[in-house]
Amino acid sequence: MNGPTDRGVVWLGSPSFPEAARSALEDGRLRANLKRATSTIRGKRQAVADELDDWEALRDAAAAIKRRTARHLDRYLVRLEESVTAAGGTVHWATDAADANRVVTELVRATGEREVVKIKSMATQEIGLNEHLARAGITAYETDLAELIVQLGDDRPSHILVPAIHRNRTEIRDLFAAEMGRWGRPAPEGLTDDPADLAEAARRHLRQKFLAAKVAVSGANFAVADTGTVVVVESEGNGRMCLTLPQTLITVMGIEKVVPTFGDLEVFLQLLPRSSTGERMNPYTSAWTGTTDGDGPRAFHLVLLDNGRTDTLADTVGRQALACIRCSACLNVCPVFERTGGHAYGSVYPGPIGAVLTPQLVGVENAASLPFASTLCGACYDACPVKIDIPEVLAHLRAEAVEARRAAQRLPTAEAAAMRAAAAVLDSPRLFGAVQRAAGAAGRAVARRGRIGRLPGPLRGWSAARDTPAPPAESFRRWWRENRENGGHGQSGQSGQSGESGESGESGENTNERKEGER
Amino acid sequence: MRIALFLTCFNDTMFPDTGRAVVRVLERLGHTVDFPREQTCCGQMHFNTGYRPEAVPLVERFTRTFAAYDAVVTPSASCAGMIRDSHPVLARDHGSAALQEGVAGLAPRVHEFTEFLTDVLGVTDVGARFPYRVAYHPTCHSLRGLRLGDRPLDLLRAVEGIDLVGLPAADACCGFGGTFAVKNAGTSGAMLADKAQGVLDSGAEVLCAADNSCLMHIGGGLSRRDSAVRTLHLAEILAHGEGVPR
Ligand code: SF4
Repeated sequence: MNGPTDRGVVWLGSPSFPEAARSALEDGRLRANLKRATSTIRGKRQAVADELDDWEALRDAAAAIKRRTARHLDRYLVRLEESVTAAGGTVHWATDAADANRVVTELVRATGEREVVKIKSMATQEIGLNEHLARAGITAYETDLAELIVQLGDDRPSHILVPAIHRNRTEIRDLFAAEMGRWGRPAPEGLTDDPADLAEAARRHLRQKFLAAKVAVSGANFAVADTGTVVVVESEGNGRMCLTLPQTLITVMGIEKVVPTFGDLEVFLQLLPRSSTGERMNPYTSAWTGTTDGDGPRAFHLVLLDNGRTDTLADTVGRQALACIRCSACLNVCPVFERTGGHAYGSVYPGPIGAVLTPQLVGVENAASLPFASTLCGACYDACPVKIDIPEVLAHLRAEAVEARRAAQRLPTAEAAAMRAAAAVLDSPRLFGAVQRAAGAAGRAVARRGRIGRLPGPLRGWSAARDTPAPPAESFRRWWRENRENGGHGQSGQSGQSGESGESGESGENTNERKEGER
Repeated sequence: MRIALFLTCFNDTMFPDTGRAVVRVLERLGHTVDFPREQTCCGQMHFNTGYRPEAVPLVERFTRTFAAYDAVVTPSASCAGMIRDSHPVLARDHGSAALQEGVAGLAPRVHEFTEFLTDVLGVTDVGARFPYRVAYHPTCHSLRGLRLGDRPLDLLRAVEGIDLVGLPAADACCGFGGTFAVKNAGTSGAMLADKAQGVLDSGAEVLCAADNSCLMHIGGGLSRRDSAVRTLHLAEILAHGEGVPR
């Protein structure tokens, strides 16, 4: 079994979700920033989705294309390799992070360069490429504005689309002023936190990089099997600079990004911008096919990254997570993400999709708290443009996490023991009735004015934020028996005969026992 | 029509009034309701926490207990969703062919309470009177799970004397999520704080919903804030009528 470090999904194995969420929950300003940012984008997304009367049909189409592609992924990948090769590119297959990092490092080394420019690529973050290149003496410069902010701050991305969503303007100004000089052109004197000022400082800093770079590394949003065309969509145009100016272009792409035909793009290029930025169309959509003499990079390499994806594909419930087009809509509607931010998820993929994708990529036993980092409220499923049933996958992975723990530990955990005991009680109406009476008595003993306040032990967290009503003296089943079966009301009292005869437990619960238990 | 009440283990223990309210409304509408006492639990807690094998006997019990009824009515959107969506999954993955068949046959006859009133019985006015200011919280399982839509609101609008007020950010999850509130207590508490504030901002005297579990959580937060707002299952509002004592 591969561990997270073999797979190289970076910095996993950090604290479990509830622990990692704590600092975000205590940071009122972060929560306010997140709330403002996510609710703004939520509103924009809803408005532009509502504009299209075939929105649901588009979602269905996207889900169908992704399903079909996943079923025949091997075929489409081989077809992609043929098309890219025929168009003058070179395809490399990487089974895991180490493999992919080695391939990219060798490709850069072969050019003799020590610097590369990068445009937003989650796949390279997933495998920790920048850190790997640094160890090989190669500096990678992030050119997406938000990525640049993350890099200058020696930070981690916290959102798929807005990796620096956790930073505010003042923090960014301070970061630019302090750090830009170490990486290249320094920020101008007297930099303010005006967005236009900040953008201009970034523009000048990055321009120097674009003009000097001989090698670029990019990600890919889509790759078309039939034509070998690779597609990147973005908002700033920095990606286009990376994709066109350097002599060598290395694209690292998860194998799930392939689509069968050029026509399929029509569906995704409508869904993606509306779902991610709330725009009708992406400001920049760059598509390239191999190499072209006299235009753009002279060498093109496509690194196809597995890193846990074929294992994910083998799981018929979980594989739908591979359909993700990284639009971030699920993050922006997620009430948990809104409170905790992205760092709590401990991976480059935060939010609802991270909670299902990360455990699958690294093995659920290595990220066992993530499938539980959700209330299963379903907002993510409704928002997802490719209709990934995230709650279904979350529940599925919870079962896998529990089974993995069962297999690893000889003694059951406290939770497992409690669940088993509860199951035994609930499988017997007689035991259940007895527990109801005991719980009622115990609850009323600790309650004040009918309410139970703060509790110690496992319920400490629950009782820290809310009171619990004391269970009433009479359960419904007791009331029913006394008022409807024992002649009290009698109107619908045939139920004594209605259950199947097999359960003898009920008869053991006689009147005397009830009276003793109750009074 | 043989109607059975599936009250759910949680309501049976903590909120028996809700069960009495369902019985009262259905009887007022001229129906006879049975409460088969072999019933206990739909297995939702086990299923949602990842303990699937433990949930299977509960699915078997449920299927056996209610097999003979024409309709099973439950005042819990989340348990209705569990039965309809997740019992088939459990039966397929862990159960026998007989269980699969039983589950498949029973699932279409299981109805959440408001759905049963509007879709099966075709009533929206159940003859209730409740002269208070009320806000309705659409729980995630009624809103996105069962897609109850306006059914609960249609029923509430028909209540005499009621003053229905809007709830800010009504569709946002309250943060309960079953064991989520225990496992991720901090996050749950942060979500609860916003929901409780929304309830206070609504100006309602009573907050109602189709799930007592969410109401217990929100009510607990309100109580901790010393708020006078009461939480009440909407069945209990619908059971309120002229001359019918509570
Ligand atoms: S899971 Fe769906 S909503 Fe979330 S990022 Fe992926 S495509 Fe977007």
